[in-house]
Amino acid sequence: MDAIRIDNLTKYYGASRRRTRGIEQVSLTVAQGEFCGFIGPNGAGKSTTIRTLLGLIRPTEGSVQVLGLDIGKDREKILAQTGYLPSEVMFYPGMRVRDVLKLSADLRRKDCRREAAALCERLQLDDSRKVRELSFGNRKKAAIVCALQHEPELLILDEPTSGLDPLMQREFFEILREKNRAGTTVFLSSHVLSEVQRNCTRAAVIREGRIIACDSVEALSHSSAKRVTVRGQIRTDSLDGVRDLQEVPEGCSFLYSGGMKELLAVLASGEVHDLSISEPDLEEIFMHFYSRKH
Amino acid sequence: MTLMKHELRQGRISFAVWTGAIAALLVICLLVFPEMKGEMETVSHLFAAMGSFAAAFGMDRLNFGSLTGFYAIECGNVIGLGGAFFAALAGVSILSKEEGEGTAEFLLAHPVSRARVVTEKLAAVLLQIAAMNLIVLVASLLSICAIGEAIPWRELLLMHFACFLLQIELAAVCFGISAFLRRGGFGVGLGIATVLYFLNLISNMSEKLKFLKYVTPFGYCEGADIIANGGLDARLVMIGMLFAALGVAAAYRNYCCKDIL
Repeated sequence: MDAIRIDNLTKYYGASRRRTRGIEQVSLTVAQGEFCGFIGPNGAGKSTTIRTLLGLIRPTEGSVQVLGLDIGKDREKILAQTGYLPSEVMFYPGMRVRDVLKLSADLRRKDCRREAAALCERLQLDDSRKVRELSFGNRKKAAIVCALQHEPELLILDEPTSGLDPLMQREFFEILREKNRAGTTVFLSSHVLSEVQRNCTRAAVIREGRIIACDSVEALSHSSAKRVTVRGQIRTDSLDGVRDLQEVPEGCSFLYSGGMKELLAVLASGEVHDLSISEPDLEEIFMHFYSRKH
Repeated sequence: MTLMKHELRQGRISFAVWTGAIAALLVICLLVFPEMKGEMETVSHLFAAMGSFAAAFGMDRLNFGSLTGFYAIECGNVIGLGGAFFAALAGVSILSKEEGEGTAEFLLAHPVSRARVVTEKLAAVLLQIAAMNLIVLVASLLSICAIGEAIPWRELLLMHFACFLLQIELAAVCFGISAFLRRGGFGVGLGIATVLYFLNLISNMSEKLKFLKYVTPFGYCEGADIIANGGLDARLVMIGMLFAALGVAAAYRNYCCKDIL
């Protein structure tokens, strides 16, 4: 059974004449127990997809199944087994952290005090503080505890690390890895590619409301594009598949997705003192996907 | 009932302030009544001669020198208008504030159905209104005892009951509107309560505009009519309750399927 199964999901906002695109024909599956990243810049459709998964918005077309259940019909059953961390955390004014955690647990009809206390300790969160006095990072920690304290089967995290300092980010991902090892599926949206590369086994890339790539992080990193760095002088204008051409000291660097034979011919005809051809990191892949014209 | 208790806790300061203010004004009005009682005999004649202005407030048909007449005008306005503002504000903000303050995402990511959210929030509003009316009624009864007047039980309870129904109607209509708003809507609530209050004044001033009583809930709260008829106008009350039911139905219908942005 897939933890998440999205088929041809389309969401338009607004009335029919003035409607704006949220996402179009998005299809995506996340297997149970997977640690999956969801990459895209602001406005690409990450939050629209996530909100549809949670039943906060209704799809214009397509279907969404979470933990084998239809979000339109079994929203409450799905949410009982799901933990959600929103990108912008807001709580009710005047409440203390412990009141927020208790409210969240009561709405789930569960006693989560032991797990909440353990998480607060690991994240160094003082649960006696009023939420309005909390910094953005501490509000985020409170939201993390809310999302995790009921030990859900599926975690949906929207830009989870914004506001957390590096040490806390490390602790947070350590907690996520522990949960994932215990069987929890993690679906995490981010535009910080390094954290997806470090923590996720699979990732989907969304661009202008459409999924443009979905594969294992390893496979995405080994895409056909290579980073070529040359010290010396070559003529790249005859090459097809050159992107992100940059001048570097005494040479140039570019992403190359054309034929190797043509590249070798250009290198042989140029004046090359040093050469490096490497796999691009996910950041470069991301830029590669985003610069591509469809 | 988790959400209802949460709403009651969240709204406790607003509830205390409105209840305290209305009860205090009511007590003050009643405590000064013995002093004003003698002077009111002559003032009543003056009011009767003031034409449509006096008619607007029902002062042409009431004896300001009697406790029931005084209560219907002075206290009726305090409970009627104060209670209407409280009910409208409580109803209009309770659903929309979640989106306005960004807490809807937190709330609706929990396994609670939208219908349960609407039901518990509505219950919280109705409970606050019922509690406020009970406290104000007790304050009123104690004040009447304190000034040594006999309690006009029937008239007094009818006037309080009418005000309670008015608040229920206004809160339910504003609750329905709240489901369509994405922000607090305080201006909308205050505006509706004020406009409906003035519509009743206008309908009292002109025979041609009497039909406005079918629109405004203040129509069945008119102290002069309640005292004269010994009861509420059942037709006006039923129309009012129909508006209330429509408001609640609209809230369920819209909130259960709206996108939370």
